[in-house]
Amino acid sequence: MAFDASLEMTANGIAKITLTGELDASVATTFRDKVEEAHTHGAKRVALMLSGLDYIASAGIRVLVFARQKMGSDVEIFAVAPTPQVNETIEMTGLHYSLRVLPSYDASVIETV
Amino acid sequence: MDRIDIYPTHLFEGHKLRFGRPSPFGASVVPGGINFSVFSRHASYCVLVLFHKGDDAPFVEIPFRGMFEHAGTGEPVWNEFRIGNVWTMTVFDLDYEEIEYGFKIDGPGGRVARGMPGVHRFDPSIVLLDPYAKAIGGRDVWGATPDWDKPYPHRARIIYDDFDWESSAPPEIPMEDLVIYEMHVRGFTRHPSSGAKYPGTFAAIREKIPYLKSLGINCIELMPIYEFDEFENSRTHPDTGELLLNYWGYSTMGFFAPKAGFAATGKSGDGTMVADELKSLIKELHENGIEVILDVVFNHTAEGNEHGPTISYRGIDNATYYMLTPDGYYYNFSGTGNTLNCNNPIVRSMVLDALRYWASEFHIDGFRFDLAAILGRDPWGAPMANPPLLEALAYDPILGKCKLIAEAWDAGGLYQVGSFPAYGRWAEWNGKYRDGLRRFLKGEPGTVGDIAQRIQGSPDLYSTRGTSASINFITCHDGFTLADLFMFDGKHNDANGENNNDGANDNNSWNCGWEGPSDDPGITRLRLRQMKNAAAIMMVSQGVPMILMGDEAARSQGGNNNAYCHDTPLSWFDWNEAGENAELTRFFSRCIAFRHAHQALRRKDHLQNRDVVGSGYADITWHGTKAWNADWSAFSRTIAFMLCGKHAVRAGHADDYIYVAMNMHWEGHSFELPGLPDGRSWHVFANTGAGSGADAFEPGSEPRLDDQSSILVGDRSVVVLVGR
Repeated sequence: MAFDASLEMTANGIAKITLTGELDASVATTFRDKVEEAHTHGAKRVALMLSGLDYIASAGIRVLVFARQKMGSDVEIFAVAPTPQVNETIEMTGLHYSLRVLPSYDASVIETV
Repeated sequence: MDRIDIYPTHLFEGHKLRFGRPSPFGASVVPGGINFSVFSRHASYCVLVLFHKGDDAPFVEIPFRGMFEHAGTGEPVWNEFRIGNVWTMTVFDLDYEEIEYGFKIDGPGGRVARGMPGVHRFDPSIVLLDPYAKAIGGRDVWGATPDWDKPYPHRARIIYDDFDWESSAPPEIPMEDLVIYEMHVRGFTRHPSSGAKYPGTFAAIREKIPYLKSLGINCIELMPIYEFDEFENSRTHPDTGELLLNYWGYSTMGFFAPKAGFAATGKSGDGTMVADELKSLIKELHENGIEVILDVVFNHTAEGNEHGPTISYRGIDNATYYMLTPDGYYYNFSGTGNTLNCNNPIVRSMVLDALRYWASEFHIDGFRFDLAAILGRDPWGAPMANPPLLEALAYDPILGKCKLIAEAWDAGGLYQVGSFPAYGRWAEWNGKYRDGLRRFLKGEPGTVGDIAQRIQGSPDLYSTRGTSASINFITCHDGFTLADLFMFDGKHNDANGENNNDGANDNNSWNCGWEGPSDDPGITRLRLRQMKNAAAIMMVSQGVPMILMGDEAARSQGGNNNAYCHDTPLSWFDWNEAGENAELTRFFSRCIAFRHAHQALRRKDHLQNRDVVGSGYADITWHGTKAWNADWSAFSRTIAFMLCGKHAVRAGHADDYIYVAMNMHWEGHSFELPGLPDGRSWHVFANTGAGSGADAFEPGSEPRLDDQSSILVGDRSVVVLVGR
C-alpha cells in the first residue's frame, strides 16, 4: 500500500501527523518533512496517528528518533493506535521509553498541555 | 551551491561513482551515497558486489579497476579506484536500507582447494564479507535453519549511527567497586519461566534490570555478542538426535556487528534495528547504574583451519589476517583451527577500530578478552615482551575509561596469570583465585596460606598493580556451575556427544558425599552451605568479584562442565529455580549489599599488613581459633582475618571493623574474637551455619553478638562480623 503522510495543526497547537501504508527508506523523507513542518508551526505536542500504518522499517524508526530530537524534550510525542506489528517494533527498539504509546486518540491526555 | 565533492565522476552500467575515501574502512554513509573501502595488501583485483536484501543474485558487480564511462561526456574512460593497498569508491543513489554488499577479490597463488595449505587463498568466485561490516545478515533469527546453498551466506549490511543517547553516559564506576555478573544473552531469558515478552534477546534483558538491581549487580559481562554462526560445526547428538549448536558463540564472524539472532528485531532482517535494540538496552542499564562489559574473541575467527569455509579474512588477505606456517598451514594457539595475526599492524588497527567503535557507538564500558595471551604473541607465535596491541589498547584515548580484562592464558600453553603485560590498565581473570578457593572449600590440606593471598587481592601476583587487577571468580561459563561444583566429583558431558572427553578434568569439585542430585537432607544442607560459603568469601575478598549467571539461584547443568553446544534448558537460567532457591538468592544479595556498604572490602591498593594510620591495628590481621594466632600449618582448615576500618577511608569517612572466620573443617570450632576499641562491639552479618533468616542480615541491621569474646563456627561454615 502506498505511503502517505499528512499534517493537521489543531487550534491548541497539537500537531496530528497521520501515517498510512508502509514506511520505509524510500518514503521516510516525506514523514520527516511533516515533522519539520510541525516544528515550524511551533507544535506543543505531536500525535502520530498510526492506525493505518502497516509497516515501519528502520528508516521510519530513524524519523521517530529524529522527531524526538527535533522537537526537544519539552514536546511530548504520542504514538496513537499503532498496529500490533508497528507497536512491536517500537517496543523492541526501546522507543516506547521516549514516545508515549496510546491505544486511541485521547484528547484528555494529548490536549492537556 | 551543491558540494562538488559529492558529484559522480564515473558511470558503470548506469550507477554513478567517484573515487572513494580510503578511510574509514568498510561502508560509510556519505552525502548522496555510500563510500566503500577495503584493504588487501596482496590483492590484484577487486569487485564490489551489490545485492538487494535477501536476493541470491547481485544487481550489479562494479570493478574497482576497469573501463567506466565519464559521467559528464559519456566517453569510455579507464580507471582504478585504489590508493596504496586500499580499494575504495563511492556509489551514489543507493537505497542503503535495502542493500547488502560484498567483495570478490583475486590475487596471486591460484586456487587453493579446501583442505590444502596456502599462503594466499584468493578465489574470485566467492563473495566475501567486509571485515568492517557493521551489520551482518544471514543468521537473523536464532536457530532458523539456513539455506546451505546460498552463494553468499553471511551478508554485510549498512547501518545508521544516529541513535539518540540523550543525556545517558557510561557510569564509569571505579573498577574496585564492580560486582560483575557473567551472562549469556540468550540463556538469561530464553527459559519459558522468564516471562519475558521477547525471550532470549537484548530486549528481554531490559525487562530483567530490576532483578539485577535487587541482586546488587552493577556490571554485566555478556558472553560473545559479535555476529557468529550458531550452525558452525552443528551436529546431531548420536544418541538423542538433538541438534547441537554453537551456543556460546566463541567464534567470530565480524568484529563490528552485533549478533542479529540475539535481537528481537533480528527477524525484521534489518541490522540497524538490531543495533538500536542493543543500544537501547545499554542506555537503560546505564541509567540504572549498571555497566556493560563484552566478552570479545579476537584470538581466532569462524573460518577455522584449511578445511574451514572462506567467509571473509582469508579470501581478502590470508597472509595478513592469520598466523601461518611457512608452508601455509594455520598456527592454532586458540585450539579452534586458526589464530588471528593480532600483532600485524593491519590486524592490530582492525582490533583497535572495532573496540573504539563499540566504546563510542555502543557506549560499552569494558572488554574481557578471550584467550588474551594470544594477543601478546608475535606473527610466528612467540610471546613478546612488549606486545604492541596490548600496549596500544592500554593507552588508547577512546578506550581511556574502558575496563580491559584479560583471560591471561591461551590454548597454546601460554599461562600469564600474574604476569600479563598490563601497562597499568589490564586486569585478569584470576584462575588462581578460582583454583585456590575451590580447594579450600573442599577442605583440602595446605590451602590456608594460598587463600590468604587470594582474599587480599592476590598481592603475590599483582603487587604493583593494585587489587582490581584481580577478577575474582569461583565459577564462570567454562566449567561447573556453583551448584554442580558441590554436586559432582567428575564431569558428565555425555550430552556433548564427545564420549565425555571434552571439558576440563581438574575441577577441584566435591560432591558432598553423593554424585548428582540427592534427597538426603544432610547432603542438600551441606551443598547449600558450601554455595553460601563461596558467595561469602568471594564478597569479602579484595579485588573484583564475578558471579556466573544463575549461581545465585543454584543453577545446575547436570554436571556438564562444557555446555557450549546446548541451546536447551541445560544451559538456560530457569527462573523457577530463583523462586525455589530464594534462600540462596537472598544470601547472595545480602553479601553483595554488605560489600557495597563496606569500602574496607573494596580497597584500591593492597593491604600492607601493618598500621600506617596509627589506629592501633594493622589494616589486616590474621587469627585462628585463638585470636592473633593464625594456624598456617599444612593441616589447618581454619583461618580468620580482621580488617580495621580506620584504614579504609573514603570521602572522610572511616569504615567499620570486619571480622571473617572460615572453618572448612568437618567439625565445628570456637573462634576467640579479637577485641575492638572505643566501646565498639561485634555484630553478626552472616553465619552460613545458621538457618534461613539468620544466615545473613541487611547491612546496618545486624544483631549484636551476645558473647563478645568468642563465636562458634560450625563445620564447613563462614562467619562474618561487623564491629561498630
